[in-house]
Amino acid sequence: MSFLRQLLFPLAAVAAAFAVGALVVLAVGDSPLNTYALLIGSALSWPDGIGYTLFYATPLIFTGLAVAVAFRCGLLNIGAEGQLYIAAFATAWVGIVLAGWPAWLLVPLCILTALLTGGFWAAVPGVLKARFGAHEVITTIMMNFIAVALASYFTQYHYKPPGDPILQTVPIGENAHVARIGALVPGIPERIPLNLAFPLALAACLLVYLFLWRTRWGYQIRATGANPAAALYGGIATGKQIVLAMSLSGALAGLVAVNEVLGYRYRYYDSFSAGYGFTGIAVALLGRNHPVGVILASLLFGALLRGGLFVDIFTEHVSKDLVMVLQGVIILFVAAEALFRGRGEKRVKSV
Amino acid sequence: MSILLILLASAVRQATPLLLAALGGLYSERSGVINIALEGLMLAGAFTAASVTHYSGSPWLGLAAGIAAGVLVALVHGVACIRFKADQVVSGTAINILFLGVPALLSGALFQSTGATPQVPQEQLLPIAPIVLAFLLVPVTWYVLNRTPFGLRLRAVGENPEAADTAGVNVARVRLAAVLLSGALAAIGGAYLSIGQSSLFARNMTAGRGFIALAALIFGKWRPVQTMLACLLFGFAEALAIQMEGVSQVPVQFIQIVPYVLTIIVLAGFIGHSRAPRALGVPYQEKR
Repeated sequence: MSFLRQLLFPLAAVAAAFAVGALVVLAVGDSPLNTYALLIGSALSWPDGIGYTLFYATPLIFTGLAVAVAFRCGLLNIGAEGQLYIAAFATAWVGIVLAGWPAWLLVPLCILTALLTGGFWAAVPGVLKARFGAHEVITTIMMNFIAVALASYFTQYHYKPPGDPILQTVPIGENAHVARIGALVPGIPERIPLNLAFPLALAACLLVYLFLWRTRWGYQIRATGANPAAALYGGIATGKQIVLAMSLSGALAGLVAVNEVLGYRYRYYDSFSAGYGFTGIAVALLGRNHPVGVILASLLFGALLRGGLFVDIFTEHVSKDLVMVLQGVIILFVAAEALFRGRGEKRVKSV
Repeated sequence: MSILLILLASAVRQATPLLLAALGGLYSERSGVINIALEGLMLAGAFTAASVTHYSGSPWLGLAAGIAAGVLVALVHGVACIRFKADQVVSGTAINILFLGVPALLSGALFQSTGATPQVPQEQLLPIAPIVLAFLLVPVTWYVLNRTPFGLRLRAVGENPEAADTAGVNVARVRLAAVLLSGALAAIGGAYLSIGQSSLFARNMTAGRGFIALAALIFGKWRPVQTMLACLLFGFAEALAIQMEGVSQVPVQFIQIVPYVLTIIVLAGFIGHSRAPRALGVPYQEKR
């Protein structure tokens, strides 16, 4: 019953956003019904629609979880985008430099690199917040730009194939590749880039759930988020929780590298992210900062990303930017839900 | 010498959109409302100004329409944050995402290109006026903040809304006015980009300038003159990056990250502490 109630408001927000989107489609001169039929139909076709929807949902599960974990500690991590970029570059770097290593060693090493780099990139704003009180929203925004610039610098000056007009690194070693689902499951064509990062994302959801709700550390993080003063009074070192939550958040965002670098492009590719870090905010909000909600919201946004491409091609006036509009409106509606709740409750519910 | 002059002139031009947006952000944030939507507001202003100038042939009409668009979008942010007590950062993020999409969508429908609007002829551009306006607004903003009743109320609701409320100030109204003002100024900054510096609106043409403006605002400790100096510094870095592109051995990326690194250092308190308005980000619940 309470599960259904939890579902009600997000569904209403999505429905309202689709209504606004329909008005926009009408305004630019197309039929909302046809546009939405195209959007949903192309996202749910078998096997390509569903395969690509799950593929696009994978990075969103990671970034949505990342934002949710920080939210639970009362922090807004707008830096998932930078964390995933720097992690993707570092992961590709390990895959390039250690290309000759055996797969059983190289793949875990690459995944560890993704976790550590993303975690470190988020730990910096965490420390700045805990130690100096610097607002994490501003520092993570700044860290985003620094990450993108650094990755682009190293790519351009050190790891680009000579003469390549595209800003990307040389390929990683084949031993660093993560298998595509199509290679393992009969009936799914291998051209669909859905790979083992997807089950990894589901496992991450389970682990985050167990960590936050079944361990003392998770409890301390949630207590810090719910009421920092009370947590401090209760003997919790809130500064430590902030650094821990940010590191964990960044590590989760870093795992996007597994999907994009190890499982799809097999190299670092400049501006590869379709705003996954920012969509992660929408995913976390819509999913009520809960792992199950994050999965559901990621599937929705993954379907929109997939369907958007078809809307772009097969409608006369509507471009795939409709997806961005829907996303923005959904966030606005979910944010304005605060009308019904107090500020403390809105970010973090009961511990 | 002439290189330096070219560089300085370029720095002033680069600083202009930053300064307009940063001053806009200053009004909003000094009243207690976080405005990370500056990027989206600039995009709304830039796109509207370019489109209306294309249709009407008048850059002034374009500018006015751009300002109207900025105010309208700021109204959404203001109503969400003030009336509905939405999280200000989340609402700002929503607007930034929304206005990455809206201009491209409209541009695709109006001009059959999601990448850019049609070119505006050279004689219909606004090269000087926004620059003059931006720098004139620095003393004006200082005066408004420190010497007028509106400025006093603005600072009061940003520092201590309870006290202001008790003294009879309508907190919500002052904050909304400040947010709308920030929309107008950021939109002028955006319009300068599309129909001043260049002659069309290109997809995501602000390229993070809204965030650099925010950085300048924090680097300038939420004060008009210091904010201007920060904008000039960041504008200089940008001008340097443009001049050095392809010429120097120093990678352009290293110059680009200067504003961001400096802002983090300032926030950490290594170069003087930057203190935010006390009630920044806290929605206010009227007591009556």
